[in-house]
Amino acid sequence: MITLTDFLLVSAGLFCTGLYIILSKKNAIQVLIGIELMLNAAILNLVAFGKYDRLNNGGQLFALFAIVLAAATTAVALAIILNVYKKYKTIDPGKVDGLKD
Amino acid sequence: MTMVQIMFYLMAFIALASALFVAASKSLVRSVFMFFVTLLALAGLYVLALADFIAITQIVIYVGGILVLILFAFMLSGKEVLADLQQQNNRFISISKFPALLLAVLFFIVMVNIVFKTDADHLFWVKKAVELKTEITPGSVMVNNIGINLMTHYLLPFEAISILLMMALVGAAHLARKERMP
Repeated sequence: MITLTDFLLVSAGLFCTGLYIILSKKNAIQVLIGIELMLNAAILNLVAFGKYDRLNNGGQLFALFAIVLAAATTAVALAIILNVYKKYKTIDPGKVDGLKD
Repeated sequence: MTMVQIMFYLMAFIALASALFVAASKSLVRSVFMFFVTLLALAGLYVLALADFIAITQIVIYVGGILVLILFAFMLSGKEVLADLQQQNNRFISISKFPALLLAVLFFIVMVNIVFKTDADHLFWVKKAVELKTEITPGSVMVNNIGINLMTHYLLPFEAISILLMMALVGAAHLARKERMP
């Protein structure tokens, strides 16, 4: 029998790894990967609790919505990263320090 | 120890280890491919949480869509970025990363504390679901129910997300277009 606490612990570990990646990497794509990792930790929680909701499927449906949202976020974020690279020739978030004009 | 438990610990170990590898690895390409492994292990965990439809969606959207998109983006961003990334010295623990590590570890301690305080298996509504037998059992087929719920009970979030997806699509196309020379 797998308990809910096991799922929550795995998800906490993934979330903190994502947090570390976001804070320590000097590269926008890796920061994006960190964000995806944190989102996945949240989705794992939703799915784990969704097991106890057979009639409405609240957890599983909102996990679906979160996955779709993550896809939309990634598409826009990558477009922004490509633009930043074109303008600054670097994707280090610490070196991008000006607005347009 | 049952088979399911062994699978769970295996999947959890793969997910956590590959996530840590993503955090530690020096090369971007390697970390993207290890992220791929993390996502597949997470899909396995979803199956063990009896959410097979979500697991398939995870594989189709994350692994098939988002990962290819990420690879595509950094292949487009040219050789200089890759060369730049290789030479920056990022050991796992260096003094400039200590604050990040400290914050992540402290946050982890807080979250583990909260998880044990919550004691999720004895929550009121979880116990009620087990009593009334409204939990999902390994034999039950949830796809029909998910489809019906999506079109009735959760129609508003569904529509909202479809509009948001369209906005994101238009926005991404707008951002990625070529600047016209005046």
